[in-house]
Amino acid sequence: MFRNDIKICLTLIATVLVAVFSAPAYADVFTDGVQALNAKSYSDKGRAIDALASLSDERSVAVLDALLAGKLVYKKSDGRVFIAHKMGGVYALTSPVNSKEVGEVAKSDIKKIRINNKLRGKLKGLLGGLTLMSKDPDLRLSAANKVFTANDPAMLTLLERALAREEDADIKVRLTRAHAAIVLVHSTDRAARLSAVKTLETFTDPDVSSLLGKLAFLDDAGQPIEKDPAVFKAAKDAHKSVESQLAKWALLGNLFQGVSLGSVLLLAAVGLAITFGVMGVINMAHGEMVMLGAYTTFVVQDVIRTHFPDAFDWSLAIAVPAAFLVAGAVGIVIERGVIRFLYGRPLETLLATWGVSLVLQQMIRSIFGPTNQEVGNPSWMSGAIETSTGLVLTYNRIWIIVFSLGVLVMLALIARKTMFGLQMRAVTQNRAMASSMGIRSGWVDALTFGLGSGVAGIAGVALSQIDNVSPNLGQAYIIDSFMVVVFGGVGNLWGTLVGAFSLGILNKFMEPYAGAVLAKILILVGIILFIQKRPRGLFALKGRAVDN
Amino acid sequence: MSIGTLSRKPMIMRILDDRVAKSVLGIIIVSAFLIPILNLWVPESSPLHVPSYLVALFGKYMTYALLALSVDLVWGYCGILSLGHGAFFALGGYAIGMHMMRQIGDRGVYGNPELPDFMVFLNWQELPWYWYGFDNFGFAVLMAIVVPGLLAFIFGWFAFRSRVTGVYLSIITQAMTYALLLAFFRNDMGFGGNNGLTDFKDILGFSLQTDGMRASLFFLSSVAVVGGYLICRMIVDSRLGRVLVAIRDSESRARFLGYRVEYFKLFVFTVSAILAGVAGALYVPQVGIINPSEFAPANSIEIVIWVALGGRGTLIGPIIGAIAVNYGKTYFTGAFPEAWLFMLGGLFITATLFLPKGIVGTKSIIDAFERNRLKLAKFLRPYDYVEGGDGR
Amino acid sequence: MNASQAVNSILYLDGVSVSFDGFKALNNLSLYVNEGELRAIIGPNGAGKTTMMDVITGKTRPDSGQVIFNGDVDLTQLDEAAIANLGIGRKFQKPTVFENQTVFDNLELALAGNRRPHESLFFKLQSEQMDRINETLISTSLSEHQGRIAGDLSHGQKQWLEIGMLLMQEPDLLLVDEPAAGMTDEETENTARLLKDIAKTRSVVVVEHDMEFIKALDCRVNVLHEGSVLAEGSLEKVQANEQVIEVYLGR
Repeated sequence: MFRNDIKICLTLIATVLVAVFSAPAYADVFTDGVQALNAKSYSDKGRAIDALASLSDERSVAVLDALLAGKLVYKKSDGRVFIAHKMGGVYALTSPVNSKEVGEVAKSDIKKIRINNKLRGKLKGLLGGLTLMSKDPDLRLSAANKVFTANDPAMLTLLERALAREEDADIKVRLTRAHAAIVLVHSTDRAARLSAVKTLETFTDPDVSSLLGKLAFLDDAGQPIEKDPAVFKAAKDAHKSVESQLAKWALLGNLFQGVSLGSVLLLAAVGLAITFGVMGVINMAHGEMVMLGAYTTFVVQDVIRTHFPDAFDWSLAIAVPAAFLVAGAVGIVIERGVIRFLYGRPLETLLATWGVSLVLQQMIRSIFGPTNQEVGNPSWMSGAIETSTGLVLTYNRIWIIVFSLGVLVMLALIARKTMFGLQMRAVTQNRAMASSMGIRSGWVDALTFGLGSGVAGIAGVALSQIDNVSPNLGQAYIIDSFMVVVFGGVGNLWGTLVGAFSLGILNKFMEPYAGAVLAKILILVGIILFIQKRPRGLFALKGRAVDN
Repeated sequence: MSIGTLSRKPMIMRILDDRVAKSVLGIIIVSAFLIPILNLWVPESSPLHVPSYLVALFGKYMTYALLALSVDLVWGYCGILSLGHGAFFALGGYAIGMHMMRQIGDRGVYGNPELPDFMVFLNWQELPWYWYGFDNFGFAVLMAIVVPGLLAFIFGWFAFRSRVTGVYLSIITQAMTYALLLAFFRNDMGFGGNNGLTDFKDILGFSLQTDGMRASLFFLSSVAVVGGYLICRMIVDSRLGRVLVAIRDSESRARFLGYRVEYFKLFVFTVSAILAGVAGALYVPQVGIINPSEFAPANSIEIVIWVALGGRGTLIGPIIGAIAVNYGKTYFTGAFPEAWLFMLGGLFITATLFLPKGIVGTKSIIDAFERNRLKLAKFLRPYDYVEGGDGR
Repeated sequence: MNASQAVNSILYLDGVSVSFDGFKALNNLSLYVNEGELRAIIGPNGAGKTTMMDVITGKTRPDSGQVIFNGDVDLTQLDEAAIANLGIGRKFQKPTVFENQTVFDNLELALAGNRRPHESLFFKLQSEQMDRINETLISTSLSEHQGRIAGDLSHGQKQWLEIGMLLMQEPDLLLVDEPAAGMTDEETENTARLLKDIAKTRSVVVVEHDMEFIKALDCRVNVLHEGSVLAEGSLEKVQANEQVIEVYLGR
């Protein structure tokens, strides 16, 4: 630690000094080292490269990189060394010492510092090693992973040096992995190799697995590719154990995918659980409510992009209430304008709302055009949590899972704890009684339907983050939504939750075996058969009330 | 003297008593002969000449009319709202399409005498077993009847026995056609995947592109509509038909009278699926292509609106509805493509709200207006009526 | 109860229990009805009367217990149609007729025999069957209305039509749920007479609220309460029963 601090201080001071007195008269060790690269013989150049590398100066990396890329030049006039970038017809020169631009020159004024293949190899190794020693832990980590992939025995000594001085535990682990991989493949010492296998076995990592797998293979003649039987056996066992560990992680990944799909299904279906489940209204335009929500998101983002670009990360927070209001208002209009004339005639309701869905689709198509609209992810929803074990959890999926559960909880609270929820339940259970107690049943119907539609609109906000926003968005979800509600059991939020997640998880677990389309077909057939067995769904209401 | 005997006149007399049925069937029978004549034997210069594209178009409408009839049989008379009849239609179409595929022989793009083009494209080495026999026309026709019938029978066997009714049944019929849609999109199903079956050349040795073939197919389709109507009429006028209506109106009452409701439903559902299959088999040679989009749930729902608009439970109404809606579709998708979906959507809404009995069931416009006056009033001034319990 | 009772009785319920989501609609219900008997079942709302009907006619499967018909058939193993065809007819609480068909068609649909689809497709009414329909039309006073759509009948006429349909089934046992509900006094009286008439040749079980009606029936009465039989005997006897007064008549 102490040593590092001093080094940083020194470097800082050096940089400041160089910046202030940028003149050859105050040349320091680094400047001399760079200047030495412009030697006559390749062997002198080699010594200069080694010297520069051994300085442990951050700036060396850029210089050696430039040398390797053929961008290190010297001025013919005074022999001073610069990094050159081609800018059209001229070259922009940058000082290797302080990265400052020092002007533009013609091609004829400069000459490239040439290197041969031997130097090129040396440079590559050194550069890998140098980033291993870099002060930036992210750079060191990626260097460690690169060294593992390259599996170059020349890096072994550098790796050992890096291992010795590395203090970050995570990076140390990655370095150990690279070291063991190189030893295993290139060493001739059986004991060292066996211990390398032991080390690698502790990594649940697809790359390690494939490395070990290569050693555990038999060639075409049926002979093991690995000639040392002890190593062969150890590698084979290790491969098996890593694979089984990986399988567990893959299962976890599948589970996440399944839960993620389940949350999407839940979002799409939860509004339907209200309109179909609670009110008994078959709303075929439910998918279009979802679509309206997605388009509301698009419009909100569009406004924010053009007027308040800084607030883009807040766009979804605005879109959620906006989508609820838009879809909810459209829902109320549909209920008052169409559905209320059709209560007690579910099949006619189905047809009329299908008509509404066609109108809404065409309306959106006429306004926004038939193509997909670009809806962006705010920064907090992009990216992913990735583990070395191959598990990728994208933030947008994670947020949607959280969001879907939040919506469900909100709905449950509205139904159980609010006056409106009480009236809603009263009207759906006994309309005549509710009316006679002064509840305006017509309005409760309209608001209940509006609530279901509004929730569908909210679902549209979430779906806009993972799916194409097009006029057909709703159509893609309507059948799935009905399947969830029917499977879970009508009139039951809990059933919708269980239905959505079990269908989602089942689907994702079948996909590896059956493929995505076949899995979906099998699920559909499964649900069709399931409804035969339990016509009222998983969590059915029982008793005489059901018959009416 | 007894009403019982009065109402049990022979079927033909009953049809003749029904002014609408009489005229519509009359028009279909006359045009079945007249249109081919006007197309084939009246010179093009004559104003009476019917161009070939119209013959093909009318032929297509006829197959739609038969399809609508099949939906009316189950929905209008037994209350089974099938949202999957497009599947039976498509399966009938695929059966004939497979035959016509086999008839192409080595005239395909790849010139393979054994395999249809798409199989050559997929690198298949031999014909899948389920394509065997389709080079025989009779077998293909049989399959166009058997496959939809069998699917309906198996599906109905499960659904009706476990008493899945109402909207639940509608939803699972929709799921059925959706599952088939996904399945037929798959290349490895062996039905041409996304592109389906097309590039047909001839049937029974006659080229599909000739006027004579178009006229014949139109004639056959018209005959099929009339025949389908007579079969349906016979069913609904029989005691079986009365049981079906009884089941539609009060299923549990019918059960407590000792009727095995599921068998009746199964019978009528299967017959209906076969009619739909025949319609599909006649449709495909006339349009020259069958692909998975025929299974799309939206198609099946559209059939229902033909029936609803024409008048369900009338048999003749759906024929009118199918022709009218499809004529509208042809016209508007050509003239105002943007407006068509608005119109179709509006049709769904207005037909269910204001014409619950359809064109045929509603005696007159005035009748419809009278019936809907209250609704209209409520629609225009909703708040005056909110407390009224909404007429449930 | 013993085996001989099961043999002699046309209907014998033994320890029948049904529960919906924890609520016991029937709780170890046992009762028997003798052949040719007219029996009334009374009880407050929720006593399990309709559920009992549902169990007998196969609509609801009991969680436990047996329902023996004619001494040897266990009804719990059969579905509605099979039970109906065995000779058990049921009239619903709310008159249930086929509203869109004529009175004549309603009766014809109920006509005994011929329940298979393919037979009914080619069915022709025989003259003796026609006579039976006409007889029933007369006995239910619906002759003049035979051509009317059933949905247009008055409430009382629908009740009678439904009873007529029951008769067309020629059942051995009739289950009648609240036949007098919504009827005028005169209609009620006529209905009681009709049921007593029917009971001369068949067994009849009547579920009813109306005490006047029960009195007019003049038969054995079972009082149901919380899913089991509270008392049994003549109307006078059960009306005198302390418990009955408390749970039902006393209200």
